[in-house]
Amino acid sequence: MSGGLYTQLLDLACGAFLLAAVIVLWMRELASIVRVFALQGIALAAIAVLLGAHEERWDLIAVGIGIGALRAGVLPYLMRRALAALTQDRRRYADGGAETRETQPLVNVAASLLTASLLTLLAYAVARPLTALHPTPATHALPVGLAVVLIGFFVLVTRRRALAQVVGFLLLDNGITATAFLATSGVPLIVELGVSFDVLLAVLVLQILTTRMREAFGTTDIDDLRELHD
Amino acid sequence: MSTAVGYAAVAGQVVLVGAGAPVVTGWMRQVRARLEGRAGAGVLQPWRDARKLLRKEPITPVGTGPAFRTAPALLVATTAVAAALVPLLSTDTPVSSHADLILVVALIALGTMALALAGLDTGTAFGGMGASREMTVAALVEPTILLSVFALSIPAGTTNIPAIVSGAAHEPARLASPAGLLATAALAVAVLAETGRIPVDNPSTHLELTMIHEAMVLEYAGPDLALVELGAQMRLTLLLGLLSSLFVPWGIATGSSWVALGVALVLFAAKICLLGAVLAAAEVFWAKVRLFRVPELLAGSFLLALLAVTASYFLSGVS
Repeated sequence: MSGGLYTQLLDLACGAFLLAAVIVLWMRELASIVRVFALQGIALAAIAVLLGAHEERWDLIAVGIGIGALRAGVLPYLMRRALAALTQDRRRYADGGAETRETQPLVNVAASLLTASLLTLLAYAVARPLTALHPTPATHALPVGLAVVLIGFFVLVTRRRALAQVVGFLLLDNGITATAFLATSGVPLIVELGVSFDVLLAVLVLQILTTRMREAFGTTDIDDLRELHD
Repeated sequence: MSTAVGYAAVAGQVVLVGAGAPVVTGWMRQVRARLEGRAGAGVLQPWRDARKLLRKEPITPVGTGPAFRTAPALLVATTAVAAALVPLLSTDTPVSSHADLILVVALIALGTMALALAGLDTGTAFGGMGASREMTVAALVEPTILLSVFALSIPAGTTNIPAIVSGAAHEPARLASPAGLLATAALAVAVLAETGRIPVDNPSTHLELTMIHEAMVLEYAGPDLALVELGAQMRLTLLLGLLSSLFVPWGIATGSSWVALGVALVLFAAKICLLGAVLAAAEVFWAKVRLFRVPELLAGSFLLALLAVTASYFLSGVS
């Protein structure tokens, strides 16, 4: 693959990766948030495959395809199932809309979009010395990974629906994975497998937890979890 | 010889924007009417409206001052100067060395401010309400326009708009980068907001709860109203032209030959008509965004513009 085309495609994949994180912050419907998250998984897989193709490392390409299958296929499928379970028996009360929308984030959407721009600038400022160590197209894109980590943290802190928080956690993890790829061309295969299974299990556990929460409180608003019971 | 072509290009831009703007508006209304199953009033209707208004007696409300009286002329004048500066037909004109991005945005903002002051000057509730809403929108729109063009100016290495446009015409790869795409999206939203089109403001309503631009100009009548409407139409054409020059720069004359200028003229008209038709068709399917959601939309487009700048500064490896 020629250098110019590789750089452009990598930039395009990183741009789509960051844009997906921003759109997650912008959307209110949980169903569309999950869809955008799946697109971000595809962009992450594209980054890994591009790096693998550039360095001619087949294991990296395989890891990229695996990541794509997990983050654009399995995880969105699980979240969609959790969402369907939430809305299914709520129709009786005719307020299914309240459960499937992030109606009242702690910081309103306009302010959180402006915060996201500040977080992106912060990521660029922090990553400058790292980029200066070894300037290649991949390390130039390193701030994108850090920015997605920060935006994921922000989603995790400000959203109140349990599913939106799951997406925040996964954004954080996507950002960490992207940073690992861009900085070191991927961690060893065994570590990558471990992390992926960890994420998968976390989502499964959170899915069960969400269902239990709704059964106990009738809502998935995290603010209701204030007191400890035995 | 080359200066003659340059002056002809500048004069052509101003005349084209001035005389063509009502036709563009008429064309957009016609497209919209046809899509909604109406016959439409024809593309020349805005000119007929202007002629009717110009024949009327000029009247100003009691108690209004110079801000109210000078605003329509100021709006049209700033837009005409901006139309002379922006490279709509040619990048090689006698004024192209002065066509700085910040100057053009400042001229557009000056027109907005003049109109907002006129709205406040009338002292009516609607005027003040419209002015305050317009300033809320403008406070987010102007930085978005600046930033999204900055994103394109980084690869060109200058904030001179003709230099950016001619650079992009020679190197199309600059526009296909993530920075170019993000900047296109951000600038498109900003243009919609700045010209008061449908997701932000509805140009054909006079409902007090929703109107922004119309509330400011509610007290104008006769020739002044004709000028205000002409100014608004010219801004729409100018900003659509800026959008097409920056992102579809092919066909704009970069040298000094009469043939290139003629081709640029035809292509410019075609691009504006196409953009206008797309915008009108999109408006049929969109609903106006609730006023309290407008800052959200604009903050989003500001963020896109900022991402475009950071992407173009850091990703392309210039740092």
